[in-house]
Amino acid sequence: AARLSGAENRLVSLPLSRIRVIMKSSPEVSSINQDALFLTAKATELFVQYLAAYSYKHGRGKEKNALTYSDLSHTAEECETFQFLADILPKKILASKYLKMLEKEKRDGEVGEGDEEDEEEEDEDETVGEDVGS
Amino acid sequence: MAERPEDLNLPNAVITRIIKEALPDGVNVSKEARSAISRAASVFVLYATSCANNFAVKGKRKTLNASDVLSAMEEMEFQRFVGPLKESLEVYRRDQKGKKEARKDKDKKADSEEQDKSREEENDDDDERMEEEEQNDEEEVDN
Repeated sequence: AARLSGAENRLVSLPLSRIRVIMKSSPEVSSINQDALFLTAKATELFVQYLAAYSYKHGRGKEKNALTYSDLSHTAEECETFQFLADILPKKILASKYLKMLEKEKRDGEVGEGDEEDEEEEDEDETVGEDVGS
Repeated sequence: MAERPEDLNLPNAVITRIIKEALPDGVNVSKEARSAISRAASVFVLYATSCANNFAVKGKRKTLNASDVLSAMEEMEFQRFVGPLKESLEVYRRDQKGKKEARKDKDKKADSEEQDKSREEENDDDDERMEEEEQNDEEEVDN
Protein backbone atom coordinates (compact mmCIF):
# COMPACT_ATOMS: atom_id res chain seq x y z
CA ALA A 1 0.00 0.00 0.00
CA ALA A 2 1.34 3.43 -0.89
CA ARG A 3 2.31 5.70 1.95
CA LEU A 4 0.69 9.04 1.38
CA SER A 5 1.71 10.72 4.60
CA GLY A 6 4.85 12.69 3.72
CA ALA A 7 7.36 10.84 5.82
CA GLU A 8 9.83 13.65 5.30
CA ASN A 9 7.57 15.88 7.38
CA ARG A 10 7.86 13.66 10.42
CA LEU A 11 10.28 14.85 13.06
CA VAL A 12 12.22 11.58 12.99
CA SER A 13 11.88 8.65 10.57
CA LEU A 14 13.95 6.01 12.30
CA PRO A 15 11.86 3.94 14.72
CA LEU A 16 12.65 4.84 18.33
CA SER A 17 11.91 1.31 19.51
CA ARG A 18 14.62 -0.13 17.27
CA ILE A 19 17.11 2.56 18.28
CA ARG A 20 16.36 1.67 21.88
CA VAL A 21 17.07 -2.01 21.23
CA ILE A 22 20.48 -1.16 19.79
CA MET A 23 21.30 1.22 22.65
CA LYS A 24 20.27 -1.32 25.27
CA SER A 25 22.52 -3.95 23.73
CA SER A 26 25.35 -2.03 25.42
CA PRO A 27 25.80 -3.81 28.75
CA GLU A 28 26.94 -0.71 30.66
CA VAL A 29 23.75 1.25 29.92
CA SER A 30 21.05 1.07 32.59
CA SER A 31 18.35 3.43 31.40
CA ILE A 32 17.72 5.97 28.71
CA ASN A 33 15.44 8.94 29.05
CA GLN A 34 13.00 9.72 26.27
CA ASP A 35 14.83 12.87 25.14
CA ALA A 36 18.12 11.00 24.89
CA LEU A 37 16.42 8.31 22.82
CA PHE A 38 14.94 10.87 20.47
CA LEU A 39 18.26 12.71 20.10
CA THR A 40 20.14 9.50 19.34
CA ALA A 41 17.63 8.59 16.64
CA LYS A 42 17.79 12.07 15.13
CA ALA A 43 21.58 12.14 15.32
CA THR A 44 21.69 8.79 13.50
CA GLU A 45 19.63 10.26 10.67
CA LEU A 46 21.98 13.24 10.43
CA PHE A 47 24.87 10.80 10.45
CA VAL A 48 23.45 8.74 7.58
CA GLN A 49 22.96 11.90 5.52
CA TYR A 50 26.43 13.17 6.30
CA LEU A 51 28.12 9.86 5.51
CA ALA A 52 26.23 9.51 2.23
CA ALA A 53 26.77 13.09 1.08
CA TYR A 54 30.43 13.17 2.07
CA SER A 55 31.18 9.84 0.39
CA TYR A 56 29.41 10.87 -2.79
CA LYS A 57 31.21 14.20 -2.92
CA HIS A 58 34.67 12.74 -2.36
CA GLY A 59 34.28 9.46 -4.18
CA ARG A 60 34.58 8.24 -7.73
CA GLY A 61 31.09 6.76 -7.91
CA LYS A 62 29.72 10.08 -9.06
CA GLU A 63 31.55 9.66 -12.37
CA LYS A 64 28.75 7.21 -13.06
CA ASN A 65 26.09 9.08 -11.08
CA ALA A 66 26.21 6.51 -8.29
CA LEU A 67 27.15 6.05 -4.66
CA THR A 68 29.21 2.87 -4.34
CA TYR A 69 30.56 0.75 -1.52
CA SER A 70 34.03 1.83 -2.55
CA ASP A 71 33.12 5.48 -1.96
CA LEU A 72 32.10 4.60 1.58
CA SER A 73 35.15 2.54 2.46
CA HIS A 74 37.31 5.29 1.01
CA THR A 75 35.66 7.77 3.37
CA ALA A 76 36.23 5.51 6.37
CA GLU A 77 39.90 5.27 5.52
CA GLU A 78 40.59 8.88 4.55
CA CYS A 79 38.42 10.96 6.84
CA GLU A 80 39.31 11.06 10.52
CA THR A 81 35.75 11.67 11.66
CA PHE A 82 34.65 8.41 10.06
CA GLN A 83 37.61 6.32 11.03
CA PHE A 84 35.59 4.44 13.65
CA LEU A 85 33.94 2.74 10.65
CA ALA A 86 37.18 1.47 9.12
CA ASP A 87 36.76 -2.06 10.47
CA ILE A 88 33.25 -2.55 9.16
CA LEU A 89 33.89 -0.90 5.79
CA PRO A 90 37.11 -2.57 4.67
CA LYS A 91 38.60 -2.00 1.25
CA LYS A 92 37.75 -4.81 -1.11
CA ILE A 93 39.46 -6.83 -3.75
CA LEU A 94 37.57 -8.67 -6.46
CA ALA A 95 37.53 -12.41 -5.86
CA SER A 96 38.60 -13.03 -9.45
CA LYS A 97 41.63 -10.77 -9.06
CA TYR A 98 42.57 -12.47 -5.81
CA LEU A 99 42.35 -15.91 -7.41
CA LYS A 100 44.51 -14.73 -10.30
CA MET A 101 47.05 -13.40 -7.81
CA LEU A 102 47.17 -16.80 -6.12
CA GLU A 103 47.59 -18.56 -9.45
CA LYS A 104 50.41 -16.27 -10.45
CA GLU A 105 52.20 -16.80 -7.17
CA LYS A 106 51.88 -20.54 -7.68
CA ARG A 107 53.17 -20.37 -11.25
CA ASP A 108 56.09 -18.18 -10.24
CA GLY A 109 57.09 -20.95 -7.90
CA GLU A 110 56.99 -23.62 -10.65
CA VAL A 111 60.05 -24.39 -12.82
CA GLY A 112 59.16 -23.20 -16.34
CA GLU A 113 60.43 -25.09 -19.45
CA GLY A 114 59.81 -22.74 -22.30
CA ASP A 115 56.12 -22.84 -21.65
CA GLU A 116 54.13 -20.45 -23.78
CA GLU A 117 52.10 -19.35 -20.81
CA ASP A 118 55.14 -18.04 -19.03
CA GLU A 119 56.01 -15.83 -21.95
CA GLU A 120 52.58 -14.29 -22.24
CA GLU A 121 51.97 -10.93 -20.76
CA GLU A 122 49.57 -11.44 -17.93
CA ASP A 123 46.86 -9.16 -16.67
CA GLU A 124 47.62 -10.08 -13.11
CA ASP A 125 50.57 -7.76 -13.21
CA GLU A 126 48.18 -4.86 -13.24
CA THR A 127 47.84 -3.51 -9.77
CA VAL A 128 44.48 -2.04 -9.04
CA GLY A 129 45.77 0.05 -6.23
CA GLU A 130 42.81 1.10 -4.24
CA ASP A 131 41.09 -2.24 -4.40
CA VAL A 132 43.82 -4.13 -2.63
CA GLY A 133 42.93 -4.86 0.97
CA SER A 134 45.51 -3.82 3.49
CA MET B 1 10.69 -12.33 7.06
CA ALA B 2 10.79 -13.42 10.67
CA GLU B 3 11.01 -10.53 13.08
CA ARG B 4 13.64 -10.88 15.73
CA PRO B 5 13.35 -8.50 18.67
CA GLU B 6 17.11 -8.58 19.09
CA ASP B 7 17.60 -7.28 15.53
CA LEU B 8 20.24 -4.59 15.65
CA ASN B 9 19.57 -3.46 12.10
CA LEU B 10 17.59 -0.44 11.03
CA PRO B 11 14.73 -0.73 8.51
CA ASN B 12 16.08 -0.74 4.94
CA ALA B 13 13.35 1.41 3.48
CA VAL B 14 13.85 4.19 6.00
CA ILE B 15 17.63 4.15 5.58
CA THR B 16 17.26 4.30 1.80
CA ARG B 17 14.92 7.26 2.05
CA ILE B 18 17.30 9.17 4.32
CA ILE B 19 20.21 8.48 1.96
CA LYS B 20 18.25 9.70 -1.05
CA GLU B 21 17.34 12.91 0.77
CA ALA B 22 21.04 13.64 1.15
CA LEU B 23 22.03 13.07 -2.46
CA PRO B 24 21.20 14.85 -5.71
CA ASP B 25 18.17 13.48 -7.54
CA GLY B 26 18.66 10.39 -9.63
CA VAL B 27 21.88 9.18 -8.03
CA ASN B 28 21.94 5.39 -7.97
CA VAL B 29 22.67 3.86 -4.58
CA SER B 30 23.87 0.27 -4.84
CA LYS B 31 22.37 -2.31 -2.52
CA GLU B 32 25.83 -2.90 -1.15
CA ALA B 33 26.30 0.78 -0.37
CA ARG B 34 22.91 0.98 1.30
CA SER B 35 23.62 -2.09 3.39
CA ALA B 36 27.00 -0.68 4.39
CA ILE B 37 25.47 2.62 5.46
CA SER B 38 22.87 0.77 7.49
CA ARG B 39 25.57 -1.14 9.34
CA ALA B 40 27.50 2.08 9.84
CA ALA B 41 24.39 3.65 11.35
CA SER B 42 24.05 0.82 13.86
CA VAL B 43 27.71 1.19 14.80
CA PHE B 44 27.15 4.92 15.17
CA VAL B 45 24.34 4.29 17.66
CA LEU B 46 26.56 1.98 19.70
CA TYR B 47 29.47 4.42 19.66
CA ALA B 48 27.23 7.38 20.57
CA THR B 49 25.59 5.42 23.36
CA SER B 50 28.88 4.37 24.84
CA CYS B 51 30.19 7.91 24.65
CA ALA B 52 27.02 9.40 26.15
CA ASN B 53 27.15 6.83 28.91
CA ASN B 54 30.61 8.04 29.90
CA PHE B 55 29.16 11.49 30.47
CA ALA B 56 26.31 10.06 32.55
CA VAL B 57 28.78 8.14 34.68
CA LYS B 58 30.84 11.30 35.14
CA GLY B 59 27.69 13.02 36.33
CA LYS B 60 26.99 10.07 38.66
CA ARG B 61 23.73 9.33 36.90
CA LYS B 62 22.34 6.01 35.78
CA THR B 63 20.01 7.40 33.17
CA LEU B 64 21.29 8.79 29.88
CA ASN B 65 19.85 12.22 29.25
CA ALA B 66 19.77 14.75 26.43
CA SER B 67 22.91 16.60 27.48
CA ASP B 68 24.86 13.33 27.59
CA VAL B 69 23.96 12.66 23.96
CA LEU B 70 24.83 16.22 22.90
CA SER B 71 28.16 16.02 24.72
CA ALA B 72 28.82 12.72 22.98
CA MET B 73 28.30 14.35 19.58
CA GLU B 74 30.93 16.96 20.39
CA GLU B 75 33.31 14.31 21.63
CA MET B 76 32.84 12.25 18.46
CA GLU B 77 33.59 15.29 16.30
CA PHE B 78 30.04 15.69 15.08
CA GLN B 79 29.66 19.23 16.45
CA ARG B 80 27.80 20.12 13.28
CA PHE B 81 24.87 18.05 14.54
CA VAL B 82 24.48 19.87 17.85
CA GLY B 83 22.61 22.95 16.57
CA PRO B 84 20.05 21.01 14.49
CA LEU B 85 19.63 18.48 17.31
CA LYS B 86 18.83 21.16 19.85
CA GLU B 87 16.20 22.63 17.54
CA SER B 88 14.62 19.27 16.89
CA LEU B 89 14.61 18.52 20.60
CA GLU B 90 12.58 21.64 21.29
CA VAL B 91 9.97 20.61 18.77
CA TYR B 92 9.94 17.07 20.14
CA ARG B 93 9.43 18.26 23.70
CA ARG B 94 6.54 20.47 22.64
CA ASP B 95 4.98 17.54 20.79
CA GLN B 96 5.35 15.23 23.76
CA LYS B 97 3.86 17.81 26.06
CA GLY B 98 0.91 18.23 23.72
CA LYS B 99 0.35 14.49 23.55
CA LYS B 100 0.50 14.13 27.29
CA GLU B 101 -2.08 16.84 27.79
CA ALA B 102 -4.33 15.30 25.18
CA ARG B 103 -4.18 11.99 26.99
CA LYS B 104 -4.91 13.60 30.32
CA ASP B 105 -8.07 15.09 28.85
CA LYS B 106 -9.05 11.72 27.47
CA ASP B 107 -8.48 10.13 30.85
CA LYS B 108 -10.63 12.63 32.66
CA LYS B 109 -13.58 11.60 30.53
CA ALA B 110 -13.09 7.89 31.23
CA ASP B 111 -13.96 5.66 34.21
CA SER B 112 -11.51 5.48 37.08
CA GLU B 113 -10.85 1.81 36.16
CA GLU B 114 -10.14 2.70 32.58
CA GLN B 115 -7.93 5.54 33.74
CA ASP B 116 -5.52 3.12 35.41
CA LYS B 117 -5.39 0.95 32.30
CA SER B 118 -4.55 3.78 29.88
CA ARG B 119 -1.87 5.18 32.16
CA GLU B 120 -0.08 1.81 32.04
CA GLU B 121 -0.33 1.71 28.28
CA GLU B 122 0.90 5.27 27.88
CA ASN B 123 4.56 4.33 27.77
CA ASP B 124 3.98 1.47 25.36
CA ASP B 125 1.92 3.51 22.89
CA ASP B 126 4.83 5.28 21.22
CA ASP B 127 6.76 2.04 20.93
CA GLU B 128 3.79 0.20 19.47
CA ARG B 129 3.17 2.90 16.93
CA MET B 130 6.82 2.87 15.95
CA GLU B 131 6.81 -0.90 15.62
CA GLU B 132 3.77 -0.83 13.37
CA GLU B 133 5.50 1.68 11.17
CA GLU B 134 8.59 -0.48 11.19
CA GLN B 135 6.59 -3.43 9.91
CA ASN B 136 5.20 -1.35 7.12
CA ASP B 137 8.68 -0.26 6.16
CA GLU B 138 9.93 -3.81 5.99
CA GLU B 139 7.06 -4.86 3.78
CA GLU B 140 8.12 -2.43 1.10
CA VAL B 141 9.84 -4.04 -1.84
CA ASP B 142 13.58 -3.66 -1.80
CA ASN B 143 14.94 -2.52 -5.12
